[in-house]
Amino acid sequence: MRRLALPIVVLAALLTVVAGGCGGDANGTSITVVTHDSFHMSEALIKQFETENNVTVKLLPQGDAGAMLTALILTKSHPEGDVVFGIDNTLLSRAIGEGIFAAYSSPLLNTVPNEFQADGANLVTPISYSYVNFNYDIAALKKLNVEPPKRLEELTGPKYKGLVVVENPASSSPGLAFLVATVDYFGEEKYLDWWKAMKDNGLQVVDGWETAYYTNFSLSGGAQPIVLSYATSPAFEQLFADPPRADAPTANILIDKAVFRQVEYAGVLKGTKNEAMARKFIDFLLSVPVQEDIPSQMAVYPVVTGAAVPAAFAEFSRVTVKPASVSAAAIAEKRQKWIDAWTRAVLR
Amino acid sequence: MDRRLDAGGPQVSLGPPGRLKPLALALPVFALLAVFLVYPLAEILRISFARSGGLGPLFEDAYYFERAWFTLWQASLSATVTVLVAVPLAWVFACHDFRGKRTVESVLLVPFVLPTIVVAVAFTALIGPRGAVNEALMRLPGVNEPPIQLLNTLAAIILAHVFYNVAFSARIISTGWRAIDPATEDAGAMLGAGPASRFLHVTLPMLRNAILAAWSLSFLFCFTSFGVVLILGGPRFSTIETEIYRESLFLFRLPVAAALALAQMVVTFAAIGVNTRLQRDLGWRGGVRRPTQFTWRSALAAAGVLVLVGAFTLAPLAALAERSFHAGDGYSLRYYQMLDDNVRGQVLFVAPLEAVRNSMVLGLFTMIVAVPLGTLAALGAVRARSALAEAIIQAPLGVSAVTLGLGFLITFDQSPLNLRGSPALVVIAHTLVATPFVARAVAARLRSLDPELRDAAAMLGASPLAAFLRVELPLISGAVAVGAVLAFAVSMGEFGATLLIARPEYPTIPVAIFRYLGQPGATNFGQALAMSTVLMSVTAAGFFLIDRLTGSATAKT
Repeated sequence: MRRLALPIVVLAALLTVVAGGCGGDANGTSITVVTHDSFHMSEALIKQFETENNVTVKLLPQGDAGAMLTALILTKSHPEGDVVFGIDNTLLSRAIGEGIFAAYSSPLLNTVPNEFQADGANLVTPISYSYVNFNYDIAALKKLNVEPPKRLEELTGPKYKGLVVVENPASSSPGLAFLVATVDYFGEEKYLDWWKAMKDNGLQVVDGWETAYYTNFSLSGGAQPIVLSYATSPAFEQLFADPPRADAPTANILIDKAVFRQVEYAGVLKGTKNEAMARKFIDFLLSVPVQEDIPSQMAVYPVVTGAAVPAAFAEFSRVTVKPASVSAAAIAEKRQKWIDAWTRAVLR
Repeated sequence: MDRRLDAGGPQVSLGPPGRLKPLALALPVFALLAVFLVYPLAEILRISFARSGGLGPLFEDAYYFERAWFTLWQASLSATVTVLVAVPLAWVFACHDFRGKRTVESVLLVPFVLPTIVVAVAFTALIGPRGAVNEALMRLPGVNEPPIQLLNTLAAIILAHVFYNVAFSARIISTGWRAIDPATEDAGAMLGAGPASRFLHVTLPMLRNAILAAWSLSFLFCFTSFGVVLILGGPRFSTIETEIYRESLFLFRLPVAAALALAQMVVTFAAIGVNTRLQRDLGWRGGVRRPTQFTWRSALAAAGVLVLVGAFTLAPLAALAERSFHAGDGYSLRYYQMLDDNVRGQVLFVAPLEAVRNSMVLGLFTMIVAVPLGTLAALGAVRARSALAEAIIQAPLGVSAVTLGLGFLITFDQSPLNLRGSPALVVIAHTLVATPFVARAVAARLRSLDPELRDAAAMLGASPLAAFLRVELPLISGAVAVGAVLAFAVSMGEFGATLLIARPEYPTIPVAIFRYLGQPGATNFGQALAMSTVLMSVTAAGFFLIDRLTGSATAKT
């Protein structure tokens, strides 16, 4: 017994020392920015914002976009955050319907094209966007002697049997975005027929982007050379290649209306005690330095006209096709119906 | 002793008041559960059911019933296979002594803490379509398709569950095994029983409590399994827990999620109650097994078991580590060097040493809180012979982690319990999940002891405390040590409700891994693998240290 007690005492002493290192906050005003786990930004920019406004910025990632929104809704009577970044157009109507935002119209909105503005008017501010579409592994398709498809219909043919992996729309936001795109592409009567044909053609469905990209995609040693990802993924493959290379190992499959444009919004949270600072933070997100920082940090495009993007984006991730057009209101009304129908058609 | 073997299960605590009194020892755990389990769950269920939407979708078709049935049988099957593999492994550790045994035991437990996506990556590197094994097999003449196709099958789920659970199950069973007095087995031999018959009729009945305890923990783990099913099984195999996740975080049908969470709790609670009642009082007086000498046959068998289980557990880990050093075209430490280098100047950047420190501190705190709490609770429940109390202590393992996480979010955000943003909340969440592991390991051992041991101590004038410290504690210290290791492991692996309450101020190793895995690009992937290898090493070192520190006490058992 005595022998057991000694190590415990030692451990406890050790802990006290280590725990002492975790100090509290500095005094002064602070704002809390609620966001999702994929949030990235240059620290220098945040520091600059803090210095200029004499404020401490606390970033609070709360799971993926869905988890973040659920948390915001459940704590709306007593919000921890002052401002939120990262609600996209597949979730927006729900967020607005729950009344979590305080209205704000940034003076910088005039630098953002109208096509990005939300229907709700003044409640949220567009910050960035990205496209959800298929990528393919260039070398793997070449080895199979298969061309990337020009239309979604081709993917149900024998040539593409077992070559495609997508994310589950019931647990992943790119998965949901693409499901919505197929509804627009095929129409509400026919989209499930395509999905059923895909199922019969060996479609792989996985829970989320990480699994699809890092276990199923042939580039990571998986079996499928065609993966549902983002238009910016090929550019990131070039930017973060190892060893460095001049081209990208993957490319986009861009088909009219089979691409979903995901716009991410920021908003002031209702109940904030620091509304003025929250508004300033939204202006900050629309400022050119931030707009030019987030493409290489989060693999997104900036909404502000004229903000520069890395050269790799123009070269490997240029999107010229027409994205699917489904209003946020239509998505809000029917997403559960679509997901339930899809689940029973494809997963059972 | 025979009398006790046939004495039937422990009775539910409606006996004379003398039986209820020991439950006072479990009061700290009951208090913890009342505040941090029952209260947040009651709140989130109340708020969920009050929201619009209703329970309609549940009954539209048989979908959810199919999911519930699948959950139940995959968990039972996984737990059974786990125990079948764990028993031979436990035999190796309980009955043999060899150089490096402690290291082997520590390393085998490492899978328990790995995030599922990392395990999936490891399995892909090894047995994926372009993994090492398939590529080797495809070099054989006549093999043109990858022969092993496991990803997204039921077999992958069962395999992964065994991969996760076999080591801790073996630890619990081997603690029980070590406590069997070899004289009993020798008696069987003298009566002419062969080795097989001795095992079936003498050893196995005495291992009953330990095996049932290991089975029940595995069962709970698999029943509420989330990542394994989502990632390795794929969406076709969703369980109740994955449905709760989708319903609450993606479809926002909170009433449906709440109903599913309630159903899950009822089933797991009942399963634990039944399992506890199946355990028997064995009435041991503290038999002591000295590891037997190796005969060539047993040495061969032990080596065989170790090689098989070791290959199964360690090969994916080795594949993972290998890939983390495989930078670009050759082997290098580049991904490790990059870990500490915030190239993109990112805010929320997680420095690896900081992540290691945070994970270790959380793990130590969890251990220090959970071990005494769990041990006391086990003592109380076993002395009171209350299956109900034991089921209550195990409750956190049967609760939906997503639901509890949401409950934490809405209940501890204002006074009197304003813990929002406090790292204490994370320790509490880890402790909730760790305590049942400690309690289960200790209770299985305690139940095997002869209660008359304490009476004897009392008659000799020992106070209850002295009797506990001098008589019982030395006899159960092996089980307590196992509990400590498991508590640390639970915390390092970040199970349960931490998904929603993790704080950016204290990023842990799994958080760092996820930051890298969230983006495309070879170097991001490489750094995720490097960080995963750091997690494996730190955890193995932690297990080893805890085993060492508690080892001297254990050796006396």
